[in-house]
Amino acid sequence: METIILFAPLVGALLCGFGWRAFGETAACWIATGLLFLSAALSWIVFLTFDGTTESIQILRWIESGSLSTDWAIRLDRLTAIMLIVITTVSSLVHLYSFGYMDNDPQWREGETYKPRFFAYLSFFTFAMLMLVTADNLVQMFFGWEGVGVASYLLIGFYYRKPSANAAAIKAFVVNRVGDFGFALGIFGLFFLTDSIKFDDIFANVATLADTQLTFLWTEWNAANLIAFLLFVGAMGKSAQLFLHTWLPDAMEGPTPVSALIHAATMVTAGVFLVCRMSPLMEFAPETMAFVTFLGAATALFAASVGLVQTDIKRVIAYSTCSQLGYMFVAAGVGMYSAAMFHLLTHAFFKAMLFLGAGSVIHAMHHEQDMTNYGALRKKIPYTFAAMMIGTLAITGVGIPVWIFTLGEIPIGFAGFQSKDAIVESAFAAGTGFSFWALVIAALFTSFYSWRLMFLTFYGEARGDKHTHDHAHESPAVMLIPLGVLSLGAVFAGMVWYGSFFGHTDKVATFYGIPYAEAGDHGAAKDDHADDSHGDDKGKKDEHHYAFAGEPGQGALYIGPDNTVLDDAHKVPYWVKTSPFAAMLLGFLTAYWFYIKNPSLPGRLAENQRPLYLFLKNKWYFDELYNYIFIQPALWIGKQLWKKGDGDVIDGTINGVSMGIVPFITRLAGRAQSGYIFTYAFAMVIGIAILITWMTLSGGAN
Amino acid sequence: MDNLLSIVTFMPALAALILAVFLRGEDEAAQRNAKWVAMATTGLTFLASLFILFEFDPNDTGFQFVEEGTWIMGLTYKMGVDGISVLFVMLTTFMMPLVIAASWSVTDRVKEYMIAFLLLETLMLGVFMALDLVLFYLFFEAGLIPMFLIIGIWGGANRIYASFKFFLYTFLGSVLMLVAMVGMFADAGTTDIEQLLTHQFGSESFSLLGIQVVGGMQTLLFLAFFASFAVKMPMWPVHTWLPDAHVQAPTAGSVVLAAILLKLGGYGFIRFSIGMFPVGSDVMAPLVLWMSAIAIVYTSLVALVQEDMKKLIAYSSVAHMGFVTMGIFAANQQGLDGAIFQMLSHGFISGALFLCVGVIYDRMHTREIDAYGGLVNKMPAYALIFMLFTMANVGLPGTSGFVGEFLTLMAVFQVNTWVAAVATTGVIFSAAYALWLYRRVVMGDLIKESLKSITDMSRRERAIFAPLVVMTILLGVYPALILDIIGPSVAALVTQYDTALVAAEAATQLAAN
Repeated sequence: METIILFAPLVGALLCGFGWRAFGETAACWIATGLLFLSAALSWIVFLTFDGTTESIQILRWIESGSLSTDWAIRLDRLTAIMLIVITTVSSLVHLYSFGYMDNDPQWREGETYKPRFFAYLSFFTFAMLMLVTADNLVQMFFGWEGVGVASYLLIGFYYRKPSANAAAIKAFVVNRVGDFGFALGIFGLFFLTDSIKFDDIFANVATLADTQLTFLWTEWNAANLIAFLLFVGAMGKSAQLFLHTWLPDAMEGPTPVSALIHAATMVTAGVFLVCRMSPLMEFAPETMAFVTFLGAATALFAASVGLVQTDIKRVIAYSTCSQLGYMFVAAGVGMYSAAMFHLLTHAFFKAMLFLGAGSVIHAMHHEQDMTNYGALRKKIPYTFAAMMIGTLAITGVGIPVWIFTLGEIPIGFAGFQSKDAIVESAFAAGTGFSFWALVIAALFTSFYSWRLMFLTFYGEARGDKHTHDHAHESPAVMLIPLGVLSLGAVFAGMVWYGSFFGHTDKVATFYGIPYAEAGDHGAAKDDHADDSHGDDKGKKDEHHYAFAGEPGQGALYIGPDNTVLDDAHKVPYWVKTSPFAAMLLGFLTAYWFYIKNPSLPGRLAENQRPLYLFLKNKWYFDELYNYIFIQPALWIGKQLWKKGDGDVIDGTINGVSMGIVPFITRLAGRAQSGYIFTYAFAMVIGIAILITWMTLSGGAN
Repeated sequence: MDNLLSIVTFMPALAALILAVFLRGEDEAAQRNAKWVAMATTGLTFLASLFILFEFDPNDTGFQFVEEGTWIMGLTYKMGVDGISVLFVMLTTFMMPLVIAASWSVTDRVKEYMIAFLLLETLMLGVFMALDLVLFYLFFEAGLIPMFLIIGIWGGANRIYASFKFFLYTFLGSVLMLVAMVGMFADAGTTDIEQLLTHQFGSESFSLLGIQVVGGMQTLLFLAFFASFAVKMPMWPVHTWLPDAHVQAPTAGSVVLAAILLKLGGYGFIRFSIGMFPVGSDVMAPLVLWMSAIAIVYTSLVALVQEDMKKLIAYSSVAHMGFVTMGIFAANQQGLDGAIFQMLSHGFISGALFLCVGVIYDRMHTREIDAYGGLVNKMPAYALIFMLFTMANVGLPGTSGFVGEFLTLMAVFQVNTWVAAVATTGVIFSAAYALWLYRRVVMGDLIKESLKSITDMSRRERAIFAPLVVMTILLGVYPALILDIIGPSVAALVTQYDTALVAAEAATQLAAN
């Protein structure tokens, strides 16, 4: 069954991409879509029936050289199962949505066929992404990793006539390659140290890695920290973390369904998945994990700050994605891999929905993307408005603070409420002050820009081209159905899976198939007191009975014996638990004040604070900086090496030596072509003659 | 079949002879006949070579299909293949029919053209099969003559300069190699390569002209061969003949040059340097590794700013050959496996890329990148194929380009992390120059007036690419097809190499005590 899940999208891509002339355009697209729905249905069956034991299915031999042995194989554990449903669900819905969105695309001319190509790329992407998450070794993962990179490149550059789309496509691929540089070195390092690149073998050896010193470049490093860092560099590229984030906003050049699938729900989360997958290694690499936490928090804050002032609807959501990925890395960085996966799951639903909703708005507004030309669309496109509203409630984390009401032990709220709060509480519990505060402030910003987007788009006065507004129309059913399905996820995903991802130790451990043990020491004593306290408190004390156990590699995640963040996160003070809620409220009120009550205020503020405004508007000038310190110098050096290095130095020397010193060759140069070919042949014959003479003189060969 | 190797090797030469003697006239019929004779011969040679492949036993690490006989003046004629050389033979016979098919539109001196390519095939096959030093030298050096002719007669405007430069470079290397061969004979008393491989060349340090030569005789022999192979490879900084040669050569010439001729150097390094001069190789390895790493970064940066498509791909070839030399001189299983794999895979990929240039050169008669743009609008099939090979060139996993790069980098990481880190930056640069080229030629709107009537690939052109596409993907997904064949021979070579180093070390210790 796993094999069908994996290969159905590939078959779909090939049939659709190469067979559309035979089947007809629409039929080809439906084949691809149908196969993806099959994949999705099977994925849900796998997810719901999965019992926590890791399975492994070998498909084909791959690279084998000496002690290196790599297979094409499927590793199925809880992490994979989670990713399977995320990928196939969002992908199948995006396929469906594309029937509407890609219809009569104004980028194309009369009579041009582009839809089968689009669907083939989407399906191919899905295949590569599934390869990434089902890999049982790092090289196959790298295959998927690069495969999604190519699919992303092809889809960002899908409108190949647009120079900006082509530039964005190359940028995405090359920046990702910078990350892959680290990833590849990490793989080499792991092979060097453990003589294997299979997850099972690596996990069995991580404890020794922590005590190994590895000489890399100029000095010695702790092996576990170094390898974890190198792998994380790969994750930074794929997941658009600070310094390697510049490609993600530009990637919005691609059609909107692509942004929803690749640049929100799936591909960009591959980095988070990598860190979670390598949790046994990460647990032994505390310094690297501190860096992961720091960078995640910095990215969350940075991207959210840029999102505040963008006016392109897709770019706002793109920066929001970047920022939310930062949250996930903070969770992983403090050792709460489960919370990272939780947010990955809920984020996939609500962010895909926000993008598809934005696509629906763009579709309605005839491919206008500038929010300053929107306004008052709430009545014109009511279903889209409802979906966007749910998405906004989810991403800003609207819910009922736990001290007011919980359902059993489950907090009530939209999906982002549970998962984001889980991360913020974990960050506090892990004692990382900076990342805690960064995330709270980022939550404030998130709320502000999300509501700003809503207010600018759906409320206020209609701005921009009147004709476009008059013709704004609700999208067809194929686009609204995916919105409806995703909104279910955005509302309920958090509450349904709260226990599995962020509940008591025993529940989480069972979910991931991690062995757990009775913590034992003071469990009995606590029990007596627990009876008369709140249900909420009781929960917290109950879980003290259990602690994660087992060796690295047992279960989908490894949580070290010293890692008590899950317990601690449940015990943080109420002000911590309430802080994201307060930030959300404050963000909402500010946005309301700015864009409903006092719409002239933002313009005046931008005028007053011009340098700050420009700094944010220009994304902290990263693109300009990189152009100045990387791209221009690379081209300049290339030119120097070519003209001066190859031309003057190498050719100059060789010509100089041969022409100046050897008159024989100088004479040759003057001759006609055939002249020196003859000379060459002659020289060779002379050579052989010398050789033979020598041999005859010295007693003959053999 | 006792002399299968000779049959395969000399079948093209025989056809060339028949063409030279019997085919008369320059009319269309004669041209067609010349093409079909060449096509049929190369095709048959390929089929015959399949027998070698099927009968070959990978687990036997010695030479197979060995033929031995006396030859003129007391010399020995000896041919044979092992796991290291057999696939190069296959690469050659596989590529040649495609090369002939790609030359179908040649109209100038067709007979001579085909003769040149047929002779070239014989000589290249001979290099990979020769098991006698003199025979090897003959094939190795003579192989350049048809190549000179191909560039010099059917080449572009600046062909004289290009082939002269080619000549200058190779000449010095040849002389030194010849001297070294005489030296080897003097030392070992035989020219039999099989015996030379087991002969221990002296490795005691001595002082020459006041310079201490570490590794002694072996180092000197290594250097002499290095002068020849490094140029053929080509390695930085003796690579500058290649871009000029490629630019001037006709499409088919470029394909042979990139796909097969560049591999002679790599094969020579493995057979001679690693096989016969382990101590010399070990002494010089750090230098070679650094030259390889520099080559990768240097030529990638240069490729970034090229304005001529062929030059760009030529520089990219030099970078890819950097991975090969790096793998060879990492001198472990992954390194040598990866180097051989990379050479074979580069044969398909770079061959295909030069063919891609040829497709549009035939239509527009320019290789200037700026003359193109937006070809995807008119040539979707071309765009797809060019994309595939661009990605393969970039080393995308799932294509054959990945396996070699990955294995050689993994190998060198075990030897020198600095070199590994510098060389790995190549994955960033290659993506940049390859995609930038693709964008400028294929992407964008088709605006240029001259391109408005351009046509997509013909059936013949598609048929030429089809086998290359299959090989590139097949080997990327299932590299065991190659690795299973070369693995045992490489393992034996690595063991022999390591043993020799340990023995030399022990001898030095003994001498010191």
